[in-house]
Amino acid sequence: MIEFDNVSKVYPNGTVGLRNINLTIKEGELVVIVGLSGAGKSTFLRSINRLTDISSGEIRVNGKSVTHAAGSQLRHIRRDIGMIFQSFNLIKRSTVVRNVLSGRVGYHSTLRTMLGWFPKEDVALSLDALQRVNIREKAYVRADQLSGGQQQRVSIARALAQEASVILADEPVASLDPLTTRQVMDDLQRINREMNITTVINLHFIDLAREYATRIIGLRAGEVVFDGTPAEATDEAFAEIYGRPALQDELLGGA
Amino acid sequence: MKTPASTAPLQPAAPEILPPRKTKQLAGWLVLIAVLIVCSIRTKVTPYQLITGLPQMGSLLREMFPPDWSYLPTIWAPMMETVQIAILGTTLGGLLAIPVALLSASNLQVSRWISLPCRMILNLVRTIPDLLFAAIFVAVFGIGPFAGMLALVFFSFGIIAKLTFEAIEAIDPGPLEAMTAVGANRMQIIRFGVVPQALPYFMSYLLYTFEVNIRAAAVLGLVGAGGIGLLLDRALGLFRYDRASIIILLTLVIVLVIDYGSTIIRRKLL
Amino acid sequence: MKNTHTAAPAKASGSTLLSRLRLALIVILVAAVYYWSVQGMQFEGIQGTAGTVSRSILQGFLHPDWSFVYLAEGEDLLRGLLDTLVISILGTVVAAVVCIPFAFWASSNMSRRLAVSGSGKIVLSVIRVFPEIIVAILFIKAVGPGSFAGVLALGIHSVGMLGKLYSETIESIDRGPEEALIASGANRLQVLRYAVLPQVIPQFLSYSLYRFEINIRSATTLGLVGAGGIGTPLIFALQVRNWNRVGIILLGIIVLIILTDWISGWVRRRII
Repeated sequence: MIEFDNVSKVYPNGTVGLRNINLTIKEGELVVIVGLSGAGKSTFLRSINRLTDISSGEIRVNGKSVTHAAGSQLRHIRRDIGMIFQSFNLIKRSTVVRNVLSGRVGYHSTLRTMLGWFPKEDVALSLDALQRVNIREKAYVRADQLSGGQQQRVSIARALAQEASVILADEPVASLDPLTTRQVMDDLQRINREMNITTVINLHFIDLAREYATRIIGLRAGEVVFDGTPAEATDEAFAEIYGRPALQDELLGGA
Repeated sequence: MKTPASTAPLQPAAPEILPPRKTKQLAGWLVLIAVLIVCSIRTKVTPYQLITGLPQMGSLLREMFPPDWSYLPTIWAPMMETVQIAILGTTLGGLLAIPVALLSASNLQVSRWISLPCRMILNLVRTIPDLLFAAIFVAVFGIGPFAGMLALVFFSFGIIAKLTFEAIEAIDPGPLEAMTAVGANRMQIIRFGVVPQALPYFMSYLLYTFEVNIRAAAVLGLVGAGGIGLLLDRALGLFRYDRASIIILLTLVIVLVIDYGSTIIRRKLL
Repeated sequence: MKNTHTAAPAKASGSTLLSRLRLALIVILVAAVYYWSVQGMQFEGIQGTAGTVSRSILQGFLHPDWSFVYLAEGEDLLRGLLDTLVISILGTVVAAVVCIPFAFWASSNMSRRLAVSGSGKIVLSVIRVFPEIIVAILFIKAVGPGSFAGVLALGIHSVGMLGKLYSETIESIDRGPEEALIASGANRLQVLRYAVLPQVIPQFLSYSLYRFEINIRSATTLGLVGAGGIGTPLIFALQVRNWNRVGIILLGIIVLIILTDWISGWVRRRII
């Protein structure tokens, strides 16, 4: 469960990232955040695990305050939140399983992780996570030998190995082609359903948002201007979010 | 759109995947450690000694201060001689490098019977360090700056010719083909196709080598090949560390000034 | 009206005149520098016996002293070369380890303040301007002649260049994995170990091997000033004009350098 309590964010240069946001994301939801670029989607997502600090208000994840946590407390909260990035953010020269295992470092002592000794259970967990995204056979291949879609699935596996209760995905399909886009979105949806992991995804494809989300939140200039089910997210509603009718390149098509 | 694979339940259907053997990597590290131990035994250099040796360096540095400023006028002339050695050595080496670089380049249709020996000579020359050249030339021509200059001629020749011939091989072949198409002879091709493209690189390498040579020239005197190094050797022999430090300081200043100037010119060239 | 009409061509010819003046100035300047340099070079020091000496050197190189390759009592070519190799290996390893903290210090993306990385960069360039032979002489004075001074000299001098190359590597890494590790709850050391090191270590190794190739050349000359290795018998042979021995030593150095370049190049290709 993620709670936003009067959250605002103003960047040092005066840009408003988020404006007075109050909402609750319930366990097991698959929330898609839509909005123009610069509307605050990324700020919204990154403030949940505090990769970005907020200016005022409070954010709680599973009842624990992210805003007031510090040091190891913050790291423990982050450990429960998996994150998927547009550019995958894998170590390209390392093997796939090594990349997945790096999601486990938060669970072990600094000394143990410095030596790189992961318990057998962690390796098994990582291989299982890879199995869930169907690339277990690539476990000992170097990450840079995989296609973009496969690399994104590795980063999903990294979040799974983390045993996170929340997954945040910041434009996870923006650098993928339409076919692999659907495979990655299918993976995220299946994991959300099968493992009941609360999932928050930033997307700029309107049709993908309607197809996969259980709830859509529209942001405009840092404010929530839409919050409802995919059925309520009509073309008119999107026109309201974007301040204009949707463009062709905001549709993935081919559904 | 969902493929059967992506909806397949979690099954241990996949055969067990074993991690690849890491023996090669492990062997590499073991070899390195073994080599280090052997090296350590051979030279009797141990990490303990390394740690205890550094404070001795500190006490030496204390003896070097304050520097003997009154010595500055005496060392000015030898310092300038060092710069002169470097200028002449670099220039002559660079001039010598031009024909060899042209003959070594594989994209100028030079017969392999010429280009291969040229490259071999280049590789051979580059294996010999500047001070070795200097020591030999001192034996031949006697103590003095001439031996030092000759050493730098050969040393610079090796560096500049290697870098330039690689630059020539990397030039855009388009203009060369165009020149050939209009019936230019080989000299004309070089003059109008190669030189305009390779000249900025050559000049840049010349300046770079000059920077290297200033440092080299400063120590040539240690083997009797002229320049400031001779005075440094003398000061150290007489345990005049205050004089040694002023020599080193002046060398550093000259090196920094030349590096700075050369970097600015190089940036304008490329 | 007339003024504006003539202004344009005047300006054009003015700029060509200016550029011509500049060119002339540069030519005069360069000519002056060369005149000064040639004037400073004293040619009177050249030995009259240079011709005969050259002939005997050539004779020596054509008939190397093969008996020097191995001597039962030691101090032979093989042991000298081995010492040179060992000095450069140890010097490189010392530098490759010592420069790591310097490199992180000098990397602008490892600290928030520019002053921190800036000061690190200055320290590295100060180390770099010291020629290693001067460092070697200082160490000989500090710890006495021998291989130890050579190792220290190469080690300290190489820190300057390796530290610079290392820090450039650190500055060019992909920041994404760092962010991913932070997001998964890793602490600073864990981020370093799992996001930074895997990206930089192969490059570090490659640069160290490259530096090793440079160091082995330097190591052959260290002995000329008393810092151990093959340079020691070489300077003795040069002083007594034993050209056959000088010939075999030079031959040995060339073979050693070609061999180590070849091996190091092979390893470097496999790392990257």
